[in-house]
This record gives sequence, structure tokens and C-alpha cells, in this order.
Amino acid sequence: MSKSLSEIIVGEKVTVEKITHPYLTTKLIEMGMHAGLKLELLYKAPFGDPIAISMNGSILTLRLDEAKFIQVCSSPL
Amino acid sequence: MKIALFGNPNTGKSSIFNLLTGLRQQVGNFPGVTIEKKSGVFNTTKNKHQLTDFPGTYSIYPHSKDEEIVYNALTNSDHEDFPEMAIVIVDASNLERNLLLFTQLYDFNIPLILVLNMWDVAERRGIKIDVANLQDHFPAAPIIKMNARIGLGKDRLIAAIDELDDKAKKDSFIASSFPCLIDDKEAQNEEVLLRYEKIREILQDVQHEKSSIKNTLSRKLDRVLIHRFWGYFIFVAILMVIFQFIFSFASIPMAWIDNSFVMLSSWVDHQLPPGLLNDLFSQGIIPGIAGVLMFIPQIALLFFFIALLEESGYLSRVVFIMDRLMRPFGLNGKSVVPLMSSVACAIPGILATRTIADWKERIITIIIAPLMSCSARIPVYTLLIALVIPKTYLFGFVSLQGLVLLALYFLGIISALLLAIVLKKFIRAKNKGFLIMEMPEYKKPRWRNIFITVIEKVKVFVWDAGKVILAISIILWVLATYGPAGSMEEKIVLAKKTEFYNHTNEVQKLTIISSAKLEGSYIGIMGKIIEPLITPLGYDWKIGVSLIGSFAAREVFVGSLYTIYAVHDESDEHQNLLTHLKMAKKANGAPVYSLATGVSLMVFYVFAMQCMATLAVVKKETKSWRWPLLQLVIMGVMAYIGALISYQLLA
Repeated sequence: MSKSLSEIIVGEKVTVEKITHPYLTTKLIEMGMHAGLKLELLYKAPFGDPIAISMNGSILTLRLDEAKFIQVCSSPL
Repeated sequence: MKIALFGNPNTGKSSIFNLLTGLRQQVGNFPGVTIEKKSGVFNTTKNKHQLTDFPGTYSIYPHSKDEEIVYNALTNSDHEDFPEMAIVIVDASNLERNLLLFTQLYDFNIPLILVLNMWDVAERRGIKIDVANLQDHFPAAPIIKMNARIGLGKDRLIAAIDELDDKAKKDSFIASSFPCLIDDKEAQNEEVLLRYEKIREILQDVQHEKSSIKNTLSRKLDRVLIHRFWGYFIFVAILMVIFQFIFSFASIPMAWIDNSFVMLSSWVDHQLPPGLLNDLFSQGIIPGIAGVLMFIPQIALLFFFIALLEESGYLSRVVFIMDRLMRPFGLNGKSVVPLMSSVACAIPGILATRTIADWKERIITIIIAPLMSCSARIPVYTLLIALVIPKTYLFGFVSLQGLVLLALYFLGIISALLLAIVLKKFIRAKNKGFLIMEMPEYKKPRWRNIFITVIEKVKVFVWDAGKVILAISIILWVLATYGPAGSMEEKIVLAKKTEFYNHTNEVQKLTIISSAKLEGSYIGIMGKIIEPLITPLGYDWKIGVSLIGSFAAREVFVGSLYTIYAVHDESDEHQNLLTHLKMAKKANGAPVYSLATGVSLMVFYVFAMQCMATLAVVKKETKSWRWPLLQLVIMGVMAYIGALISYQLLA
């Protein structure tokens, strides 16, 4: 089931499908994000925004406004 | 040889830069952009080299005007920063992402060295890297293992630089045309994806992760430090400790600096024959320099703490928990540090806004930063509080004077946030920035890096603020020393006729004459010209003179009151001056320094943009006179209205 990264809950593991924002795309793929990459939501800041995700062993933080452009699906366990 | 350092953010690039150059470094700007350019010199066995630290990026392609420097310097061999050799620092624990920038640089025709830094972190995470295998894929670039935080691998790097010197580079990673045009995003995306594909392929043979060992300590710390309650609680507690240090402990070296300059100034006064040159030094230049150096202890201490928090990795957690709270004000989590710094001095604070990627959020942070009460306001606040606020205690233990001081700080902070909300509505965003950043792991801070940062920040303050403060001190001295023909003489004759003058001692006579001179000088006349404008605020021309004097630096207010009220002795926590000020009467017999006037003055100093040095820095950082002028006007109006309201309410 496809949803945006801004909608997942702490501890959820997901796989990137695509990035839907043109400027964000360049920035994120340069940081190593690509379709098929597995992410895990590590923490949300107090008030739920921004969020911290684990990606390739490092921690990336983004605002919900940015995360909503990243389309993901739940990883098969 | 011109060598450039490249790397992603958080790869220990600055550790390596410090390791090679030590204190032989200087901070400047890259041409045309506001990105800090650190350069320094170092020697290898064969040669002397010039090392330039380029800003940390993930790719050579820019996302903002400022990031264009990397692309421009690399693609134009006539560029003044075009490197003859590149050292690429990568985080060995995150090879995939770090190799992107390296492979791009590999495809330029520049000899380069690949440094696998943070080797220890990679080992701790159970990552094994087959360096020989990696080297086979990049035959033109020697690979060095380093752990720069503890200085490991420096000799290997220096040897590699010497060996590489003569080699011509002939190899490339991808065959296609490179680099893409600066604004062809689509081609850039394609190129980046292609590179990543190849990198992942290579890493399958080169890198082996035993198992993904999570950094449990880091995660545990995070659970507390970004907790919805404990996170903020700990941040506030840390702030309180820092400000305790800045306010109490910094006063010891500050008094020491102050006293030695007072001594120097009186020594010069005795050594040089009386006259203009003597006055210029003892009353203009030396106090001007003292006014700059006085603030070094506070600024050094504040930056020591900020560097400590930054080095340890904590500061990015602060950004994380503060971002949502700052956003309604048009600010950013990254605005917190610049605003904190501005409590010591707005200049380093404004320079620290460079980390804010979003243009609008950065401009707002810059504009509101000087509303945070800086250390130059403290002498003014303390004098005025001692003057008009009674030494009483609420509930027997809460000092009223202390409470008023606290209120002044909060007035600054709250009005800064309110101004930010207004600015948010009016400033149009040029381009939207992102908060996307990497949260580094917690690390033990390296004292050497902290020490170098502190030295650097103090240097920036002394030069940037110092030259403006010094220049204005000299101008003010000229304005206070000269007057229209006959004007000063006239005032002196008048002063000599008074009863008091004829019945006092020699020292007092001299101070009366200097006060009379000041009244007849250009600055005295300016004070009288603005008097009608400031009477509604409860000020007379003498206060007007001190307000004008404050445009060099706010604390000049105190010194000019001494001259104007002909008070000689500057000891005993201003007791003499306070007595004189309390005796000052208006024409109708009411005291000049009533509660209303005192509060009005305090409010004026909270708001007014009386620091030319800050304006100069804002101009430099925003590349336009528009923002500093806007700042001057907005804060001026706030000061006038605020002071007017407080005086009229209390009078």
C-alpha cells in the first residue's frame, strides 16, 4: 500500500517508491535516496514534526512538509 | 601548490583542515557569496601548500546561490580558487553516500587523494572495507585511511601529497559528458543515479557489513534529549549554565581588561605632552580599543560552549526539537544558535546564520538578532537600574533590580519574536529552503577543534566590530573635541563665572571645564538640536549627547555621562556618577532621572539599533543596504515608540 513518508509511525519500516517534488528529488538522491531504499522512522520531534529517519545507517531529519513528497510502501517483513 | 578540501558535511573535514594547518589559517569569503572560506598554509617535506576548505556538500551541483562556489571553482580553471590538487574526505562508515562527490571529483582533470576518515566509527559499526579492492576501481587516486579526530594518518596524508605531486591523472569513473550544465536538473539527476548504481555495484565487493550494529548509546541519549519534556528541560538547563558563566565569571577578566586600559590611557596622558595628540590617544583611540577588547571574555566563553555543543553532536538535536516551535515565527530550528550568540554579540550571531538554507528564514533571523540584549547593553542597564530602581526585595528574597534586568532581556526576546511574525508576512521568499540534514552521532568533543573555533570567532569579532567601533570612536572624539568658532570658549567662560567653580579644588575645576567644552562642541550642539525630539521621551540634551555617543557602541553611554556631568572618579561601582545623576534637576526643579525617564531609557536601549558594526555586518551578509537600513528604521521606531509610551505612562 502506497503512502507518503509523512504518514508513517515511529518504528515503521518502509521502502521508497518515488520522490514527487522536482527540487527535493535532486537533493535527496544526492544524499543517497533512491527507489527501493529501505527506511525506518526513528523519532518524531515533540509536536510530531520534524521527523528523523534511518537511511543507510545514518540519521536524516526532514520536516513533514518535505516528507510528504516522498512516496513509500510498507516493507515486507 | 593550491590544494582544496572537499567532502560531505560531518565527515571531519574541519578536523583534517585543523590538523594540517593548525593556527596558520584565516577566514574570508569566497568571491561573490557569503560562504565562509577558510584557508591556511602547511608544509610537506617537499613543498609549501595553500589549503582551502570548501563548504561541505553532497554533490558538486548547487542547490543555492551560495553552493555554486564548488561548481564554479571546479569548472573554470581561471577561477581564483581553482585547485591544483583535491583532497576528498569521506566518512568510511557511510561510504555509499560519500563516494558520490568523490566520483564526481574523480572525473575532473585534477589530481586527487581519497581520505577514508572516521575509520574507527566504521569499525565500531562492523563495517569492513577492502581498501585494496577499492583502490583497483580508482587507480588514479591514492587512498589513505585516517582517524583525524585523534590525529591518526596525518603522516600518510602528507606523504601521499608529496608523491602525487608529479603524477598526471588519466582515468574517469563514468564516460559520459561531465559535468552537466549548472541548471540542467534533469541531466544532473540522471547522472547522480547512474553514479550511485555504479557505486553500489562496486561496494558489493568492497564493503562488508557483519551485521547492522546499531549505535545503542546514541539512540538511548536521543530518547532523553529529544523527549517532549526532558528534551526542552535539558536544553533550558544548559542555557542557564552557559549564561551563568557568561554573566558572572566573564566579569573578572572584563574588569581586568578595563582596568589595564584605564591605566594605559592615563599613562599615555602623562607621557605625551598635553595637546591634541595626547587627547586623541588617551580619550579617543585607547578607550575605543578597550571598548572592543572588553567583550572578548564573554564572546570567547559563549563560543566555547556553542562549539562544545556542536562538536558533541548535541546542537543538531536542538535544531530538531526547536524547529517546529520556531516555524510559526518564520524562523528555523537553526535560528536558535544565532539568536543565542546574539546575547553576547549580534555580530558573530549574524555570521552564524549562514547555516540556514532557507533565504527568508535567514533574513528574518538576521533582522531580529540585534533585539537580543547583547553584552554592550549590560553596563547601560546596570547603571540605569542602580539609578532608578530601588534596592528592595520582593517576598524578602527576589531582588527587584534583578527582576527588572531579567524583564529587559525578556522584552528583547519577545519583541524579537513578534517582529519575526510581522516580517514573515511581508518578506517574500526568493527560494524555498529545506531543513533536510543529517543528524550526526554523539561524539567526544575534540578540544583542539573547539579552541580553534573560539580563536576564529574572537578574531572575526575583533576585526569586523573593532574597525567600525574604533572609527566611530575617533569621529565621536573629533565631534566632542571641536566646536564652532568661539562656542566652546564661551561655555568655558560661563562655567568659570559660577560660584561652585571658584570654590572647588583643581581636579574638579578641570572636569568642570571639560564638561563645559563638551557642551560647546559639535556633539553638544547636536544634543541640543535633537532635544525637542527626545523631550517627549523624558530626556534632556545631556542624555541626547550620550545617545549619539552610543552609536559607536552602546556602552559608550556610561562614559559620556561621566564627561557630561563632570564626574571625575570612575571607581566604586559608579557611586560618584550615581550621586551626580540623582542630583540633576530640570528647570522646574524635578529630578531629570525620574523612574519614568530611567525606564524609558532602558526600553530605548532594548530596541534601538545603536551599533554601526552590526549594520556593517548585515550589509556584508545580505549584500544590500536594504536590510540594514530597514533594521535601523524598524528598531528606531520601536525604540522611540516604546520609550514614549513608557515615559508617558509613568510620568
